[in-house]
Amino acid sequence: MPLATSTFGGKASPWVSRIAMAAVHFFILVLFLQNVAADTWSAIIGLLFAHLYSVVALTYWNRIDRSAAGDTVIVTVTLEFVLIAIIFWDRASAWPWSTLFGLGVVQVCAFFAVRYWKDLRQAPKSAWFGLIVVLIYIMIAAMAPVIAPFSETEIVGSEYDAWTNEHLLGTDNLGRDMFTRLIYGGRNTVGVAFITTVLAFLIGGLGGLLAAAMRGWVDQVLSRFMEILMAIPSFIFALLILTIVGTSVPSLIMVIAVLDATRVFRLARAVAMNVVVLEFVEAASLRGEGLWWIIRAEILPNVLPPLVAEFGLRFCFVFLFLSGLSFLGLGIQPPTADWGSMVRDNATLITYGDITPLLPAAAIAILTIGVNFVVDWFLHKASGLKE
Amino acid sequence: MSQIAKLVAQRLALGLLTLFVISLIIFLCVEMLPGNFSEAILGQAATPETVAAFNRELGLDLPPHERYFTWLFNMVQGDFGRSLASKRELSELLGYRLENTLFLASVAAVIAIPLAVTLGVLAALYRESFYDRAINVVTLSSISFPEFFVAYILILVLAQNLGWFPAISNINDELSFWQKIYRTALPAFTLTLVCVAHMMRMTRAAIINLLASPYIEMARLKGLRPTRIILKHALPNALAPIINVVVLNMAYLVVGVVLVEVVFVYPGLGQLFVDSVRSRDIPVVQACSLIFAMTYVLLNLLADVLSIMSNPRLLHPR
Repeated sequence: MPLATSTFGGKASPWVSRIAMAAVHFFILVLFLQNVAADTWSAIIGLLFAHLYSVVALTYWNRIDRSAAGDTVIVTVTLEFVLIAIIFWDRASAWPWSTLFGLGVVQVCAFFAVRYWKDLRQAPKSAWFGLIVVLIYIMIAAMAPVIAPFSETEIVGSEYDAWTNEHLLGTDNLGRDMFTRLIYGGRNTVGVAFITTVLAFLIGGLGGLLAAAMRGWVDQVLSRFMEILMAIPSFIFALLILTIVGTSVPSLIMVIAVLDATRVFRLARAVAMNVVVLEFVEAASLRGEGLWWIIRAEILPNVLPPLVAEFGLRFCFVFLFLSGLSFLGLGIQPPTADWGSMVRDNATLITYGDITPLLPAAAIAILTIGVNFVVDWFLHKASGLKE
Repeated sequence: MSQIAKLVAQRLALGLLTLFVISLIIFLCVEMLPGNFSEAILGQAATPETVAAFNRELGLDLPPHERYFTWLFNMVQGDFGRSLASKRELSELLGYRLENTLFLASVAAVIAIPLAVTLGVLAALYRESFYDRAINVVTLSSISFPEFFVAYILILVLAQNLGWFPAISNINDELSFWQKIYRTALPAFTLTLVCVAHMMRMTRAAIINLLASPYIEMARLKGLRPTRIILKHALPNALAPIINVVVLNMAYLVVGVVLVEVVFVYPGLGQLFVDSVRSRDIPVVQACSLIFAMTYVLLNLLADVLSIMSNPRLLHPR
């Protein structure tokens, strides 16, 4: 780690950043001009996107509290990404959206790494492991089509081929490339789990804060309702509801989000209850602040750390839940690749001593372990323990 | 003692209410089916006569409240209706399946509970040592594994490579007790691995929580050995949270068997449940979810009651 010894301080270097931003804009522009002949609409949307991106980037680039070393890191990472994209131009330009998304992920990660470098340096090895794992998964999910050698549902060989150079991990029960499916499966499973968790937090978190802030009958009604939902084991309840509404991705997301929102609600309400009784909240309500202000500006900042940690844990839970459902054939439906169903479809191979079907399951396990490690570190930091 | 009796009675009443509400929810879920249920099941080609016959068979022609109470009343009496797919009486089938599931869960519990408590006490005894940290990482990881991953690894190692246990645990009534245990071993190990981590961590945390209290300090100053301090002084007071988490994990076991049963093709309730969800066999799904939910609620209730009963402050009122 060469950066470990450098201290972030000193003046910003505007010319580096300007050149870098210019390079990025150029890159985006080229990416979309490539598609002009093929598809006018995507070119127009792309150009609009490029403009939006420049406006946002230029506005925030100068506002962020930054330093020369920090700038250099972000710029280097960006340029490296662009360079790699140029080397693999065929693939990068064939899926411009994925490439751009990947670029965004890289920039955001670099930004956060620079911003919180001081904390990161003190992070234990397990947290580093977790962060790197999560980062790799996000990148793979963001750029699945660019990385994967074949298309998601294409049949490229005979059934259950062995591992070869062409098919790195062999083929699956229908002759589709296992490595490709693994990458796409990551995108689908992680994506659906992430959306579900966000939705669960919007419902449960907002409900919990509302219940704590308003108290009275709102609290009573919401709490009793959530308690009843929680009394039913969620796996059983999810299966029951999925029998009725059928298994499609939107209904899957809604069902799991609502069931998980109950747990988020309980935590958010419990933590917020401790904050609501403090003097500054009373002061805010006495000076006539509205409900929304009290929730957003008084309560939310004080309950954020446990909620963020809970987000990580909930994500793991949803992720395992979802792959469990898919494993039972009741989650994300084929031919969409999904880690849970990939294990199930290729399970016969295990009886021949082949470990290929275990790879998706291992992928699930590694991600959840990684997230757990990060959450552990975060909780430790948030609790203010110094050992 | 009256205080305990009052608290327990309160919990029991609450539990009964919960059960009632759950049965209502399970009933209403089916009620809220979009469109016409019978047409969705029978398909577009169904004639009005077949739809009417189907409705009558399921009692769908009656008003909802009447249907609910009939259904609930039959359930309580052990009459679960008929399966849509096989037209068989459910009571017999469900009873046999439930028995198998409970057998699996209890085998797992018999292995898991002593193991978890022992490991937890050891971790508390040798805290901050290599053993403690190693077990911390292992348990944190094993919580993160999906059940089917653990199951397949066990199959790969214990059944495929070493050949000690059968990979598929199809048990039936003709097998002797020990044969049944032998065939149930792998699913039971899987469940054990999945739930030991949680119990062990809670045991450790419950004991360590107490170690800062003055009476433990006193015991230490008297020069007692650490083993004695933990077993004789800390453990009895940590019993309430430990019992609580053990029973909660039992609840998890009964519900968590679904995935494991599917992996090992074990003829339990979970397998039946998943099959009927796939074929949208509503009466079976309703009956299974009611049984699962009931077991879950009852075990949760038991955890509540036990943790009240094992609370030293309530047991020995001044």
